[in-house]
Amino acid sequence: MAGYYHEEDLPRFSEVGKNAPELWQKFSEWYGAVFAEGALSEREKCLIALGVAHAVQCPYCIDAYTQACLEKGSNLEQMSEAVHVASAIRGGASLVHGLQMRNAAAKVSM
Amino acid sequence: MSLAGLAHPLADSSAQLRVLNDHTPRKAFVQALAESGLAPLTATGITVFQINVGKLCNQTCGHCHVDAGPDRREIMTRETAELCIAALERTDIPTVDITGGAPELNPNFRWLVEQSRSLGRHVMDRCNLSVLLLPAQAGLAEFLAEHRVEIIASLPYYLEQQTDAQRGGGAFAKSIEALSKLNALGYGHEGSGLRLNLVYNPVGAFLPPAQHSIEADFKRELGRRHGIVFNSLYTITNMPINRFLEFLLRTGNYERYMDKLISAYSPAAAAGVMCRYTISVGWDGTLYDCDFNQMLDLSVGFGAPAHIRDFQLASLNHRPIVTGQHCYGCTAGGGSSCVGVTVGEQD
Repeated sequence: MAGYYHEEDLPRFSEVGKNAPELWQKFSEWYGAVFAEGALSEREKCLIALGVAHAVQCPYCIDAYTQACLEKGSNLEQMSEAVHVASAIRGGASLVHGLQMRNAAAKVSM
Repeated sequence: MSLAGLAHPLADSSAQLRVLNDHTPRKAFVQALAESGLAPLTATGITVFQINVGKLCNQTCGHCHVDAGPDRREIMTRETAELCIAALERTDIPTVDITGGAPELNPNFRWLVEQSRSLGRHVMDRCNLSVLLLPAQAGLAEFLAEHRVEIIASLPYYLEQQTDAQRGGGAFAKSIEALSKLNALGYGHEGSGLRLNLVYNPVGAFLPPAQHSIEADFKRELGRRHGIVFNSLYTITNMPINRFLEFLLRTGNYERYMDKLISAYSPAAAAGVMCRYTISVGWDGTLYDCDFNQMLDLSVGFGAPAHIRDFQLASLNHRPIVTGQHCYGCTAGGGSSCVGVTVGEQD
């Protein structure tokens, strides 16, 4: 196996449901409902998904939601900002743990 | 330069058909139609008389399904244009849709408009916008306004980067200048009677967004950034033929794009495809079911008259349509036609 991730696997996603069809069915229905137009537009939801895809570093999701964002009319400026939002939260989430470090240091320091 | 000018193998329509039919076995379009209860696909009565006056264009856009460009010389003669008007006169087809290339570059364009209007027909001009700024076309915008011609103008995106990527450097700036000129004449303003519609098509190998959604974006952004107004925006799916097919193959996107089109097949979109209410006349007078079939040299079939000199409305009104794998380009998602989606959102 050349690597763990394969582009051609993305369209095979539904095969994950083969041994748990009822769970796959529930996931599919929930997933579809989540991304339907609601209080947020489909385009806004795709931009959120693109950001989350980067935060969880899923290459399948990045591929899928790059396409989806373009197909909802988003442009690279908007998509780049979404990636920065996700990255800022990730960076901030690490940085805010600096308080844990400071607390721990303070506890043992004179 | 066009594929034809480059002597590219795909300039030959039979080479394109070989790619579409033989590249990878896929569900045949006719099978998809059959499963939707639409086979054989037949015309429902012609309401649009579309005239493609030739392949000459002042632009060489990367997605062009015509493979048009400044180097193309195929152009409708006055004699063929007269045959078009004579055929039109014998019918009550309400709409004449003039396309190209840049149709305005045909020396018979204004004559066709005048004759069609004098017959009381609604006329649509498929305009690339930049043609309105050419010194040789002075007075063109005013001519279109005077004859109450509806303008269908290509503008793939409301930003410069995407537009220029598809239509060539400087295309966006020229488009904005031309749109401003049209607005100044009254085009695009509600109540003026001068309809200005824009056409969005994806700048790449992906499907268009929901028409109502991207129309709202275009109206907001073109208004805010440039003070431009227009009536409606039509979304058109890129057809996997000619230069867009070359792009798909060159960039390794062909297989995925075709799979996407096929998986997005919509019976409702198929039921509303424009070939069912259109007759398409080629620059040499050959008759086609649509402009895409025209570019693949697939003339009307099943015994229907195949040249404008033999035009008979009764024989064409309910003709079976010639289809192929490229037809998936018109049936994906909300569908695609020269007036945008084919289900739900049409004007």
